[in-house]
Amino acid sequence: MSDTLFIILSVLTVATALLVVLNKNAVNAAMFLLLSLVGLAGLFVLLDAPLLAFVLILVYAGAVVALFLFIIMLLDTTPGRFPAFKPMTIAASVLGAALLALGILSLSERAVLPLPPKAVAVPTMKNYAEQLFTTYLLPVQVVGFMLLIAMLGVIVLSKKYTPEETK
Amino acid sequence: MPYVVERKPLTLSERIYLPQILAGMRVTLRRLFAPNVTMEYPEQRPAIPTGYRGVPTLVKDPHGREKCVSCQLCEFVCPPKAIRITPGSVEDQPDRTHVEKGPQAFDIDMLRCIYCGLCQEVCPEEAIFLQNQYTLSGYTRAELVNDKAKLYELGGTLPDQHFKWDKKKAAAEHGNTH
Amino acid sequence: MTAVIELWSGLHPLLQAVIKGLAVIGVMFPFGGACSLIERKVSAWMQGRPGPNRALPFWVAWVPGIGLLQRLGVFHLMADGGKMFFKEDPVPGHVNKFYFYLAPVVGMIPALTTVTVVPFGAYLNEAGKMVPLVLANLDVGILAVFAVSSLGVYALILAGWASNSKYPFLGGIRASAQLISYELSMTLSVLPVFLWVNVPGGNGTLSLFDVVSAQNGAWFGLWMPLSAIVFLVALFAETNRLPFDMAEGEADLVGGFHTEYGAMKWGLFFVAEYSHMLIGSGVFVLLFLGGWNPLPWVPLADVAVWLHLTTQPILLGLLSIGIFLGKALFFIFLFMWVRWTVPRFRYDQVMKLGWQKLLPLAIANLLFYALLIAWIQTRN
Repeated sequence: MSDTLFIILSVLTVATALLVVLNKNAVNAAMFLLLSLVGLAGLFVLLDAPLLAFVLILVYAGAVVALFLFIIMLLDTTPGRFPAFKPMTIAASVLGAALLALGILSLSERAVLPLPPKAVAVPTMKNYAEQLFTTYLLPVQVVGFMLLIAMLGVIVLSKKYTPEETK
Repeated sequence: MPYVVERKPLTLSERIYLPQILAGMRVTLRRLFAPNVTMEYPEQRPAIPTGYRGVPTLVKDPHGREKCVSCQLCEFVCPPKAIRITPGSVEDQPDRTHVEKGPQAFDIDMLRCIYCGLCQEVCPEEAIFLQNQYTLSGYTRAELVNDKAKLYELGGTLPDQHFKWDKKKAAAEHGNTH
Repeated sequence: MTAVIELWSGLHPLLQAVIKGLAVIGVMFPFGGACSLIERKVSAWMQGRPGPNRALPFWVAWVPGIGLLQRLGVFHLMADGGKMFFKEDPVPGHVNKFYFYLAPVVGMIPALTTVTVVPFGAYLNEAGKMVPLVLANLDVGILAVFAVSSLGVYALILAGWASNSKYPFLGGIRASAQLISYELSMTLSVLPVFLWVNVPGGNGTLSLFDVVSAQNGAWFGLWMPLSAIVFLVALFAETNRLPFDMAEGEADLVGGFHTEYGAMKWGLFFVAEYSHMLIGSGVFVLLFLGGWNPLPWVPLADVAVWLHLTTQPILLGLLSIGIFLGKALFFIFLFMWVRWTVPRFRYDQVMKLGWQKLLPLAIANLLFYALLIAWIQTRN
C-alpha cells in the first residue's frame, strides 16, 4: 500500500517538477510547481511527518506559489518575447550546475548517511522544536540569513537608481 | 478661494473603529426586528392618490352610451403618437340623436404611450381618462395595443351627470340653441 | 445501535473514506444553500423587507401549516438549487478553458477537505474519556486547516486569470494579495492559544480537540480577547466577506473574480465561500469559545454527569454537536450581520489594516502572551 503510494507520489513529484522547468507557459509552470509541492507533501506524510507536510503546503503551496502566480499575472509573459540568454547567464548556470553536481558527487562518494535511530524519528512537535532550537540552530539561522540576502538582492536589482538619486 | 472644511479629530473609539462597528450592528439588529416597510405587491396594493395617471381608457356615460365622438383631438395631441382613431358615423339610434360621429376603431399603443395625460386634458367630451390601472403586461407586442373593446372594458362608466348630447337634442327640439 | 457500529467498522477503509467524503458533500452543499437562504432572509429583515417567501411546490401545498415554511422561504432553497443545476452555463469565448473549468473545482477542494479535520463534537467512552467526533483526527489539526484553506486562494487567482477580462483579473489580484496578507495575522493570532495548550512536559500538540479540552475552565476568548479579535478580523478577510470582499466588490468590479461565471460553476464558488465561513466559524469557536463546552467553567463532561448522559455516548454526542453548531451558526449570523452593517473598505485601507495594524498587533499580542506564559511557568 505505502510502496504503491510512494511510487505514485514520487513519480508525480518528479514529473511535475520536470514540467515546471520545461513548460513554456509560466502559469502552467506555476501550477505544476504546486502539484509537485503537493506530491512532496504526500511523501512527507508517508514518512510519518504530517507536520512537515502541512508546513510545506501552508508556506510553499499556500503562499509562495500564490505569490508566483500573482507576479506572473502582473508580468507580460507572452511566449517568444523572452530575451536570449546572455553569456553571463549561461556562465552562471553552468557554474551552478557544476556546483550542484560536485555536491551530489561528493555526497555519494564520501559521505556516510547514517539512518537515524527509530526513537528520534518519532516526529512529535516537541522533537521538531527541540532539534530546531538546539542541534540545528546554526543552519536555521544561516538559511534565514541567505533568504535575507536573496531578498536584499532582489530589492537592489529591481530598484532602478537614477544618477540623481545616487548622489 | 477654496473653503476648507475643518474635520474634527477622531476620538479614540472612532480610530479603533470596532466600537463604531458595534454601534452600527446595534442599529441593524434593531432593524432586524422592526416591522417591514414594504408591501407584498400582488396581494397588497398601494393606495392610489387622486389624479393618478394610469392607463388611458375610454369611458361611457351612466346610460351606457359611448362618449367619444371621434374628434381625433387626442390623436393629434398625443406626443408619442400612440393613439389611432378610425372615425365612423353613428347609425341613427333614438338615444344618440345629434351625435354625428363615433370611433369605428380606437387603438392606443401602450408600448408608445408615455402617460402624459394630454389626451384626457384635450378631450372635449370627457371620454378618455387616465385611470388607476397601472399593471400592464403581455406576451406579444400586439397584446399591448388596447383596442376599443379593451379600452371600454378598462374604462367602465364615469358617473357624471353631464349628458351633453341629450342637452343638444333637447335644445334642438325646443328650438333653443343657446 | 451496536450493530450499526459493528457494520461500520467492518467496512473496508476505502469504502469508509468514500462514505465520509459523500457525507461531507451531502452536508456542505445543502448547507451552502441554506446559508444563502438565511443570508437573503437576514438581509431582507435588516432592510425592512419580508425577503423570499413565495416558492411553494404544488404537491405539498395541501399540508396544513405549510404556509409558515413558505413565509420563511424554505422552498426557495430547492428553487435556487434547481436553478443552479439547470440554467444555461455560458462560457465566454475569450477565456482559458482549462483553468476556467478548473478554478471552481479547485475552490471546492479546500472547502470540502478542511471540514474533515475540524472536530464537531465529543462523547465519553466507556473509560470516561472524552473522544472527539471528527472525520480525520490529525494531531496537526489547526495547521492542516490553515494549510489546506490557504489553497483556496488558487480558485480566486485562477478564476480571475482564466477569465481573461479586466474585472475578474483585478478581483483575482486583489484576492490573492488580501488572502496572503491576512493569513499572517491569522496564524500569529492563534499562537498564544497553542502556547498555552502546550503545557511543559507534553508532547506538543496542534490538535483542535486538545484546545477544546484546555477550555474546560475559562475560554480563551475571555482572557485572550485580542487574539480572538485579530483572528476574527482576519477571518472576515480570509473568507472574503464584507467589509473585506475586495475580490468581489460589486460596485467597482462587477462581480470580481466570478464575473464571467454562471450557473453551477458560480454556485461552486458560492458553496465554497459558505463552507469557508462555516469552517472559519467552527475553528473560531473551537479556539476561543470553548468548542462544545456549553458555558465558561461548565465543561461538557460536567453537564453529562448532571444529565446522566455519561453512559449514552450517542445522546451526548448529539448534544455536543448541537452546542458546537449553535455557536458556529451564531458566527455565520455574525458574518451576515456585519455584512449588512459595514460598508466595504477601500483596497488601500484593507492593505494598510492588514500590514500596518493587524500584523503588529498580532506580533505584540504574541510577545505579550509568550512573556506572560513564561512568567507563569517560572512562578510554578
